[in-house]
Amino acid sequence: MSVQSQSDFNPAKHHRHNRLGSRTFHHVMLFLLTASAIVPIAILFLNSLKSQSEFGQNPIGIPRALHFENYLRAWDIGNLGQTAANSAIMVVITVVGVLVLGGMAAYSLARKNPPGSDAVMLYLLVATTIPVWLYVVPLFFMWRDFGLVNTRFGLALIYIALNAPFSIFLLRSFMINLSSDFEDAARIDGANELQIFSRIVLPLTWPGFLTVGLVVGLAVWGEFQLALIFIQDPDAAPVTTSYFKFTQRFGRDWPLTSAGAVMMIFPVLVLFLAMQRRFVEGLTQGGAKM
Amino acid sequence: MQQTYPQPKPDPRQTITPKKKWSWYRFMQKVGTPWLFIAPIILLHLFVVAYPAALSVYYSFTEWSGINEPKWVGFENYRKILFDDPQVWSAFGHNIIWLAFFLTVPFMIALFAASLLAQVKRGAMVYRTLLFIPFILPSVVTASIWRNLLNPRLGVLAQIGEWTGIEAFKIALLGRSSTALITIAYIDNWHWWGFLMILFLTAMQAIPKVLYDAAKIDGVNKWQEFWNVTFPGIRPTVLFMFMMSAIWAFLAFDYIWILTQGGPAGSSDVMATVLYRNAFARFEAGYAAAQGLTLSFLAGFIVVIFIILRRRGWEI
Repeated sequence: MSVQSQSDFNPAKHHRHNRLGSRTFHHVMLFLLTASAIVPIAILFLNSLKSQSEFGQNPIGIPRALHFENYLRAWDIGNLGQTAANSAIMVVITVVGVLVLGGMAAYSLARKNPPGSDAVMLYLLVATTIPVWLYVVPLFFMWRDFGLVNTRFGLALIYIALNAPFSIFLLRSFMINLSSDFEDAARIDGANELQIFSRIVLPLTWPGFLTVGLVVGLAVWGEFQLALIFIQDPDAAPVTTSYFKFTQRFGRDWPLTSAGAVMMIFPVLVLFLAMQRRFVEGLTQGGAKM
Repeated sequence: MQQTYPQPKPDPRQTITPKKKWSWYRFMQKVGTPWLFIAPIILLHLFVVAYPAALSVYYSFTEWSGINEPKWVGFENYRKILFDDPQVWSAFGHNIIWLAFFLTVPFMIALFAASLLAQVKRGAMVYRTLLFIPFILPSVVTASIWRNLLNPRLGVLAQIGEWTGIEAFKIALLGRSSTALITIAYIDNWHWWGFLMILFLTAMQAIPKVLYDAAKIDGVNKWQEFWNVTFPGIRPTVLFMFMMSAIWAFLAFDYIWILTQGGPAGSSDVMATVLYRNAFARFEAGYAAAQGLTLSFLAGFIVVIFIILRRRGWEI
């Protein structure tokens, strides 16, 4: 949608008669802004390939020799194998939970509209404005009593709940425009609700599910605050909090911590570049600050 | 002249076939099954958010370590926040600085970049992609990048100081009480403004092209065009993000905790970092709950201001 509307709208036309310099000005300014956004990431990448002694003399330039062993060291010392697996497990539980439970709720709210739907929507709307600091203290002690603190499943449950309102809103908006003809036809053929959901609605609204999955997965992968509170056990910790501890311990070995950071953002960058449009669409509709 | 009267419309209640008898099957079809679909996630949300939020109200009136039985102390915690804890007030002041920063700097950069980008055709998609990338980085990585870049011995500024011989560049921006908070705000903003820009750009692209044509016929200059055509078109988005930014300013935590943990000497403490320490390091959970409520009250206050302004006829 964004790409389409972008080509329709071209204010550049309105400035065709402006001085030639004006368009150049735009590109120069945009280039500088882009450089300010990208150069720090590029320096991170360059530093991840230097030896520590070279880094001391050449902290921002291009490496003279490539030290890929930084990545192996960071993987071992930073315990990335374990923590990345922990994060991946939480991403999977959260995304599956949000898509299944949120998808079911969105389907019901969009297509069945049972009595009380308006109250549910209002609750979800209000819920998005409740700050985490209002409930996190009692929640922590509740979770401790249930034995859910220091477990990946316990934290993922919280993530599912917190991502529910955004996911339900977005999925519902995809489903509400669906024609009911297919459903009616399937119903006449004797399909039950679950079959209609999985065979008719899901195949027609999968872009919404993909968008929600990407946005929620990205948010969980980078989440710090709740992970800091709910997981102290290093064996269950996600990449974010364990990387934080790692940088505190090995703060001086920048090539090492940089290599760890590059490995952490690599899957995110690849996914983003591959499915940029869905990411941007989902994130802007969620209005979520990360 | 023949006068026509509006025909009375048939009462819809009478045209519909009379209500069928209540049956278990029909009930499940219309109410039971749909609610079975909705219930799981709503119950989970109530359990994770609404129930502890209600508990928070109760605990805020108690002295509670999180382990012992909560002891009722009335308004003691709130009295302490208001009159007896200079840390909270100093943190509140930092939240106000944070608020002032995030209501101005990101908006100016994002509006500037979006209006440039809306007028560029070649390379627009590349700019958009690259400018958005900082937003998707996890906060720990962004913080780590900038802690290194701002290092007083090996960072970028230190290198400039090295080349130019100006010692003032070799400043520990994150290590000084006078600069720590604003430096963290700068780092948070580095990751944030690209997202804001995309929101504004999307809103700008929805402005009808004819408005720009009309403005051109009227012979307006670029500045007038921005204020009279572009800005009114994106105003709802700008004001909504204004409100959200104001709310978030009271909840700020991640970057501050990662970079300085409120230091040096509390100079970058905000209400959330004070709350976090009270709850999870000092085990004053009752007091922390009262602080959480205070924080939420401030965030709610912002929402109320915006609702009042909207009632008064602001188009938000």
